[in-house]
Formats: sequence, structure tokens, C-alpha cells
Amino acid sequence: MTSASSQPAIEVDGVTKTFGKVEALRGVNLRVEPGIVFGLLGPNGAGKTTLVKILATLQAPSSGIARVAGLDVVRQAGEVRSKIGLAGQFAAVDDQLTGLENLEMVGQLYHLPGSVAKSRARTLIEQFGLEDAADRRAKTYSGGMRRRLDLAAAIVNQPEVLFLDEPTTGLDPRSRIDLWAVIDELAKSGTTVLLTTQYLEEADRLAAKIAVVDHGLVIAEGTAVELKERVGGRVLAIHLPDADQIEPARVILDEYGATPYVDVAAREVSVAVGAEPGIVAEIIRALDAGHVTVADLQFRQPSLDDVFLALTGRASEEVDAELEGARR
Amino acid sequence: MNLRWTLHDSFIMTRRNMLRYIRLPENLVSITVQPIMFLLLFTYVLGGAIRVTTPDYITYLLPGILVQTVVFGAFATALGLAQDAQTGLFERFRSLPIARSAVITGRLTADVMANIFVATLMIGVGFLIGFRFGGSPLESIASPGIAILFALPVAGLFAAIGLTARSVESVNVIGFVAIFPITFISSAFVPVESMPGWLQPVADANPFTRAVNASRALALGQDTGGDVTATLIWTVVLLAIAIPLGVRAYNRPR
Ligand SMILES: Nc1ncnc2c1ncn2[C@@H]1O[C@H](COP(=O)(O)OP(=O)(O)OP(=O)(O)O)[C@@H](O)[C@H]1O
Ligand SMILES: [Mg+2]
Repeated sequence: MTSASSQPAIEVDGVTKTFGKVEALRGVNLRVEPGIVFGLLGPNGAGKTTLVKILATLQAPSSGIARVAGLDVVRQAGEVRSKIGLAGQFAAVDDQLTGLENLEMVGQLYHLPGSVAKSRARTLIEQFGLEDAADRRAKTYSGGMRRRLDLAAAIVNQPEVLFLDEPTTGLDPRSRIDLWAVIDELAKSGTTVLLTTQYLEEADRLAAKIAVVDHGLVIAEGTAVELKERVGGRVLAIHLPDADQIEPARVILDEYGATPYVDVAAREVSVAVGAEPGIVAEIIRALDAGHVTVADLQFRQPSLDDVFLALTGRASEEVDAELEGARR
Repeated sequence: MNLRWTLHDSFIMTRRNMLRYIRLPENLVSITVQPIMFLLLFTYVLGGAIRVTTPDYITYLLPGILVQTVVFGAFATALGLAQDAQTGLFERFRSLPIARSAVITGRLTADVMANIFVATLMIGVGFLIGFRFGGSPLESIASPGIAILFALPVAGLFAAIGLTARSVESVNVIGFVAIFPITFISSAFVPVESMPGWLQPVADANPFTRAVNASRALALGQDTGGDVTATLIWTVVLLAIAIPLGVRAYNRPR
């Protein structure tokens, strides 16, 4: 018998989901400890939203078991709903109601007593910096304000587990940073947050643990640091003046790190390189000796694609084929 | 989920939808200006040309146009639900610990309220242009009452359409294609006997004709000749079809 505190906030065992011929999830396993921000990182179509919908009881898995706060999302869906909050990929607010009315309505639907629903709505409006717009209809809100209102609605009932599906997509950098602060606060107060994102930077900034999802499978799991280590620190991207130079450049870069990634259209070859001093100068000398002319050179943080590359040796679109092969 | 919370949830949803009625100008127009406009246009433009059994056309027309208006109210039901589905609000509602039925019952209740308002308004305007009830006070209430009752299963069917349709626009198309023939091939505006012979059986079999005849007979204080019973049976039958369809459409994962 496990005690309540050591019980995972989210447990996913072999969950699959198919829509007709599309296999959105192909056997996902996850364990999220309580009180942390957990990032689900993956490109378009990876299956992030599908997993969130299953965990939030909106869809049933085709097979497998999922538990939230120790409750089965299919058989105990009603109980799960009273313990979770959801802010879906698209802000779900009633345009014709004011900010306050929206939050009050959600509070009442959580069966809070009328006066409690009212005061909770007030508190949240202040917490999310919407005081000036509290009595304005949501249709007059900017994208960022809607997002904040949506997030406020998701936490009206002080949920044990909060699901945020791409909470910052479409926000300007300023609003994004504000929202990050709010999510930090929530996690500090003990809420388990599962958020999906397409940005490594965001997962890095917020999440204590990250699972990388692609084509319906978790292909890696760990802290941001661990994932980046697998990329190997930073990424060196080299732009070439013409396409003939791509192949020689690729051969040279192959000596210095993981498999280089070639983007023919952009005439770019990139490779994850370690943190050894002098490595960049060494690579440039090698390119020069190999008569490769470099038009431009960038040294950057690993992107989501770089993570995929390091994890799989392939760009994300190719992972599918590889995994398919491995399963046969 | 006990009954008290089920009622509570659907009350909250009803209130939300009623607020939307008041705040959305197009909703307000569809339950005020539009029905009155139809009433006046039919009375004064077409009224003179249509031969009816009642002393004047307004007495004949009002119950018919009333049933048509409240049945048209089903559009609001379908459109409202389709909009909610599209804006992602459904996802929020479905993630809340509320009665599964509340989203639909809240919508239907608000639409019944709107219909009561519309009926009152139309009868009021009708009075100004010469309409009078010919029966007892009870029959006078039952006349719009049966119209509003009959509109309920139609709204239920439209709710299923609204929940299934791909877009708000397609709701409009499906709705108009379905509802115009149904309301016009009936006794609402002209006597069935004035239609071509091949069309008369269609109009006669139309449940809408039964509802109009029932409402009209009650308004005039005449013998309802089984039309009230027929309307009630149709209401029950259509509800029995609409409820499972609606529930299935609502629970369908999207
Ligand atoms: N209701 C549905 N019917 C059919 N296919 C679906 C449905 N929902 C999702 N899919 C498919 O399942 C796959 C995973 O979709 P999902 O929305 O979970 O991805 P995602 O990771 O959230 O992507 P994004 O970053 O674009 O939001 C996609 O191929 C998508 O087309
Ligand atoms: Mg998504």
C-alpha cells in the first residue's frame, strides 16, 4: 500500500489511441510525481493534445490505463473531473460573458457556494492582472488576456492536477514570461502541472521533468539538463554559399560530434558539439583545409529538432520510419 | 450525480445562455424584430389574397406563424451548441464535474424561455392588429402552450444537428433546407385544401400541421378534433428520437 504522498499524480500505462487509421498514441508510459511541472515536448501531431484529452477525461484511450490523482480516468471520470483543471490548446471562454462572469460560472459549475465562487473569481482576476478588464466582455480581450482568463478558469477549483495544452502558443514574449511566472507560482503552491509545448526553451524554463513525444511515443524522458547533455551542449550550424559544398562539409562535421543534420533547402549543415575549448576554431580550420567556404556560422542552444537529432540520429520526420522498423 | 446538482448545473447553463440572448444583438433580433416583421408582412401583404375559414386572416395566421416562429427557434439551439463546440467551451464543460446533460438542457431551457417571450410578444402585437382569442382563458393559454411544447423536440433534433455539424455555417444550411419545407407545406399560412392535390397528403401528414391546427383550434375556441392528442404523441415520439441522438452527439469525442 503506497501512502498518498508517494502516489504519482499521473500514471500512464501502455496508453494507445487510434482515430480510424491514425495511431495518435502508440503505447505511452509516464509517471509524474506530485507537485512538479512536467513538460510534454513534441512537434505538431506528436500526440500531446490527445494524451492531455485522455488524462482530462475528454476521450477514452483505445487501450491501456491512465490514472490521475490515483483515479482511473475512464472508470472514475467523475471523480477525476473534480480534481483537475484544464486549459486546452484553444482558450475556452464565453465571449459574451465578462471576465468575472466567466470565472464565477466555472466556480458554480464546480459546485462552489455562490459567495465563494464570487470571491474566488475576484481573487483570480487580481492574480492574473485582469482587474481593469474584469467587467468587460471577453470578446474585447486580447489574445494574451484570453489566455490568462482561460488559465484562471482552469484553476478556479484549486485543482490537484492541472493540464495546460500549449499555454503560451500565440502569446507575445512579454505575456509568455508573465504566464511562466504564474505557472511557477502554481507549482510552488503544490499543484502538479502537466504542460505541453513545442519549445524546448519553455520546457527548460518551467519543467522539472520533460518527456519528449513523437509520433505517439515517448522517445526520451529526463530533466532539461539531461536531455541537453544528450544533444551535447550546443549546436554549430554552418551555412554554405552553394549546394556543392554540403556533402564535403557534412563529412568534415561528422568527425566532431553526433550525426550532422543537413537542411538542403537552407544549405545548412548543423551538428551538436561538446563544450571543449577551441572546438569551434578547430572545426573552422578543418573546413578551411577541406576547401569548404563558409557563408555564415551560428552557435546556438539546441532546438527541439537538435534534441530529436541527438536522441535518434534523425530529424523528427524520420523517427517514425525508424520506430516502425524497430517494432517489426 | 444527484438530482439537485443536475438541476443546479442546468440552471447555471440556462442563465448563461439567457445572458447570451440578451447580449448578442442578432439573437435579440431573431426573437423580437424578425417574428413581428413576418407577422406584419403576412397579414398586410399576403393576407388579402389568402382565403381562409376564419373571419379575418390575422385570426387564422397568428397561431400558424406562432408555431412557425417557435419551431424556428430551434435554429438558436443548434447554432448555440455548434458555436460552443467550435470555441472549445465544450471541452471545458466536459472537463468539469457537471451533469452530462446540463449543457443541452441548459440550452433547451433558455430556448423555451425565449419562445415564451416571443409568443407573448407576438400575441401582444397580434392584439393591436385585430387578433382576438375565441375560447376560454385556459384555451387561450394552451394555444401558445402547445406550440412551445411542440417546438421542444424539434429543438432537441436541432441540438443533435448542432452537435454533429462540422461548422456553424453548415448548421444554417441543414436547418434551412429542413425547416422551410416542413413549416410551409402545412396549414400554417394557407389552408391545406388550397394546395395542389398531390401536396395535400404531405401537408396533412406533416406533424407541424397537427401542431398548427391544435394551436389554432384552441385559439379560436373550436373543437380540436384530435389534433391536440396527435401533437402530444408527435412530441413524445420526436423527443424519444431526439434525446438519444443528442446525447450521442454530445458524448462523441471530438
Ligand atoms: N479527433 C481526431 N480524429 C482523427 N485524427 C485525430 C483526432 N485527434 C487527433 N488526431 C490525429 O492524431 C495525431 C496526434 O494529434 P494531437 O492533436 O494529439 O497532436 P499534438 O501533439 O497536440 O499536435 P499540435 O502540436 O499540432 O497541437 C495527429 O496525427 C492528428 O491528426
Ligand atoms: Mg495539440
